[in-house]
Amino acid sequence: MFWQQFTNWISLGAMYAMLAIGYTMVYGIIKLINFAHGEIFMCGAFFTWWFMSVFHIPLPVAALLGIMMATGLGIAVERIAYRPLRNAPRFAVVISVLGVSIFLQNMARIIWGAEFQVFEVDFGIPPLILGTVIIPFKKIFIFGTSVICMASLAVFVKKTYLGKAMRATAADWEAAEMMGINVNMVIVLTFAIGSAMAAVAGILFAVNYNSIDPYMGFNAGMKAFAAAVLGGIGNIYGAMLGGLFLGVVEGVGSAYISSMYRDAFAFGLLILALIFRPKGLLGEGKTGE
Amino acid sequence: MGLLSISSLTKKFGGLVALKQFDLTVEKGEILGIIGPNGSGKTTFFNVLTGMFRADEGTVLLDGTSDNLLDRKTHEIIGMGVARTFQNQRPFSNLSVLQNIMVGGHCRGRSGIFSALLRLPGAGRERRRLEKRAMEVMTIFGDRLISMKDRSAWTLSYANRRRLEIARALASDPKLLLLDEPTAGMNPAESLQLLDNIRHINSTGVTVLVIEHDMNFMKQLCGRLVALDYGEKIVEGSYDTVRNHSRVIEAYLGKD
Amino acid sequence: MNKTRLDDLSGGSQATSGDNFLQQGVMAALAGRLARFSGIGKIALLCVFLMLPLMIQSNYAMRVIIYICLYIVLAMGLNVVMGFTGLLNIGHAAFYATGAYTTAILMKQFGMSFWLTVPAGMTLGVVLGVAIGLPTLRLRDDYLAMVTLGFGQIVYIVANNWMGLTRGPRGIADIPSPFLGWGDWAIPIDSYTAFYYLIFSFVLFTIFACIRVRDSRVGLAWTAIREDEDVAAVMGVNLVLYKTMSFAFSAALGALAGSFFAVFQHFVSPNSFTILESVIIITIPIIGGLGSIPGTIVGAVIMIGLPEIFRAASEYRMVVVGAFMVLMMIFKPEGLFGKKQFQQMYKA
Repeated sequence: MFWQQFTNWISLGAMYAMLAIGYTMVYGIIKLINFAHGEIFMCGAFFTWWFMSVFHIPLPVAALLGIMMATGLGIAVERIAYRPLRNAPRFAVVISVLGVSIFLQNMARIIWGAEFQVFEVDFGIPPLILGTVIIPFKKIFIFGTSVICMASLAVFVKKTYLGKAMRATAADWEAAEMMGINVNMVIVLTFAIGSAMAAVAGILFAVNYNSIDPYMGFNAGMKAFAAAVLGGIGNIYGAMLGGLFLGVVEGVGSAYISSMYRDAFAFGLLILALIFRPKGLLGEGKTGE
Repeated sequence: MGLLSISSLTKKFGGLVALKQFDLTVEKGEILGIIGPNGSGKTTFFNVLTGMFRADEGTVLLDGTSDNLLDRKTHEIIGMGVARTFQNQRPFSNLSVLQNIMVGGHCRGRSGIFSALLRLPGAGRERRRLEKRAMEVMTIFGDRLISMKDRSAWTLSYANRRRLEIARALASDPKLLLLDEPTAGMNPAESLQLLDNIRHINSTGVTVLVIEHDMNFMKQLCGRLVALDYGEKIVEGSYDTVRNHSRVIEAYLGKD
Repeated sequence: MNKTRLDDLSGGSQATSGDNFLQQGVMAALAGRLARFSGIGKIALLCVFLMLPLMIQSNYAMRVIIYICLYIVLAMGLNVVMGFTGLLNIGHAAFYATGAYTTAILMKQFGMSFWLTVPAGMTLGVVLGVAIGLPTLRLRDDYLAMVTLGFGQIVYIVANNWMGLTRGPRGIADIPSPFLGWGDWAIPIDSYTAFYYLIFSFVLFTIFACIRVRDSRVGLAWTAIREDEDVAAVMGVNLVLYKTMSFAFSAALGALAGSFFAVFQHFVSPNSFTILESVIIITIPIIGGLGSIPGTIVGAVIMIGLPEIFRAASEYRMVVVGAFMVLMMIFKPEGLFGKKQFQQMYKA
């Protein structure tokens, strides 16, 4: 029974980790929280659903299109809500991005309706049976996809020129600019990667729960942020760890304490983390202080 | 026993030692200058004294009490009589000049939220007293601040912002005033005027500690100088002693 | 904004001219004039507002006006934290909910008088305000925004799930009307006119409370924190105490609005206290100009009144709100009535 649930928690945690990476990456570069990140996640799932249900495109292609559109949306968010305010006070930027988030959420509600939409995917592959534990293929799919995405990101950031440019910009914006790094390009790239990861997470989320709604981004976004803070914001590996940890905490909390308050556990954990360990589990830099 | 006795004050930032076993006694009523190359720990010293940084070790005793200043919280220190200005001017930009100075008098007030809501007479009296004190402090600089008392601080010139910061610190009735590069951004005439202003402040019984790079200014102002380098006290004494000390020359100009 | 700052820098040691004040814009000047209204003007204005129910016959219009007043109280409370002290709070609806549920439960379950539930709600609001303010004081603005958002959501989740106390999503219905007076002389407050006078007195109370505190030593300390908290601490402001106080004061006003909401609607349910509610409350002082009291009032008229007028487009309301927040921050971050401000830039 425990191990059965454990697979659920881990696959949920992997999705949070994917989403948390976006927060952490954007924060690393521009030192601000991307409040619209959860909406990108939601839009990624909705775009995919839309291609699948309206145009009857198969999941892999629809997902690819959905990810591309969500990535475009993420870049647009940067253009509209961040770039014009690059010299504005932080306060203004926070409000402006919050505005984008409200805008996207309600636009989605108007276009796709406030109700749940069914997101049915049938892989047609039998579950994996390990003794008494039955792992449905979709859990394996979710976990596998997340791991592949995160591993490729880690390699990208570590090995490629662009990845190094990103790390340099995160460390010192001005110095990076003086070294000839196109900082604007790096910022756009960061938003693009973060958004793409969010979109993948959104699709996996939809696959897991078989349903999507315009408000799914808010809760998931908050939790992923909690995961990012937990892991030490700005640290990609921290975000991965934080996401998995959060998935387990939420699972344990709702299984053994009360399932009604499952969302409250994540928020409570976020508040506790910020109070007692603002630098996070793997934190290096300074955070909220 | 002077006004301020500092012993073995140490402040580290990671591996960097910004202040190393620093000892100093400041006499009541003197004007003491602190010099040293950039990064020698002068501003760190002020930051530690005013509680902005936590010291790693040392004791700072004020006015003969046995109460270590370093154990106090940042906001308590001004009430004990230590007020400062900032090297990189930091007035409250969107508050008026008068309001800025009245914030300086915050520690001399007691009224809270309920007396404000009920508009108790005590709160009104206190406010009028702080306002009067703020106006008094401004007169030190003649007409310079008074004529602008309702202007937002960010509209002031550099020199006036410096004056404003000094006035704000004085509004707390300090025993010890810490000035961090008060002449930076001032022209020679304004510096000269400031010299008189600081002497006047000192004559009202305020002990002054001043950081400054302008040696000519320091020569005229300070009775005594302390030179710092790499967080260590190299020498202290009269202007000439410090000026001609080999390690001071070395610190500024390098070894030949 | 950029230009004036540059002018100031190029001024060197010379005093810059005072013409920044002339550039402040018509609206800000108007607000200033409104604030300086002579005593007679204020009394005249008060009379107009007191006679409003006699002039307006439509129940619908009265309802809208009552809502505007309700949001004035809410937004003024938030303005204390955001405008005066400079702390971002995206969970104000939590305090609103606290007041509403306190009144609803105490009146319904325990048959308490409305007038006792108001201070009870405000006290509970203060407790919550301290509870959220105290641990999060060290956090910088975007973190604080996230935490308050989470806090607002926790209160919503609790209201939705604590069946024994709040009856969950079904809400608490049939909350009785408040009475004015005792025994045989008790007058029920159950008409739009009566509710209008009730909320109007709350608005007056809020305005007076805000003005008095703003102009006090406490208000000055708050604005000092907003401008530069490190310097404020060196100048003797106890950051922990004053930030917490700001949260508590704001929470009390939020709870006050909640108490009114409960008796006015005769019904409370978690749906009235979602994150969107907090966001609507936030936009009000932003439109008006953070820190400005007349601005907050006009902001409430715009935010609550306009959507009612364009009812047909009400579905698009939140979309417009979102777009508006972005545009406002890009083009007029100081709000309609705010003073042009010098603002510290954030260094990325």
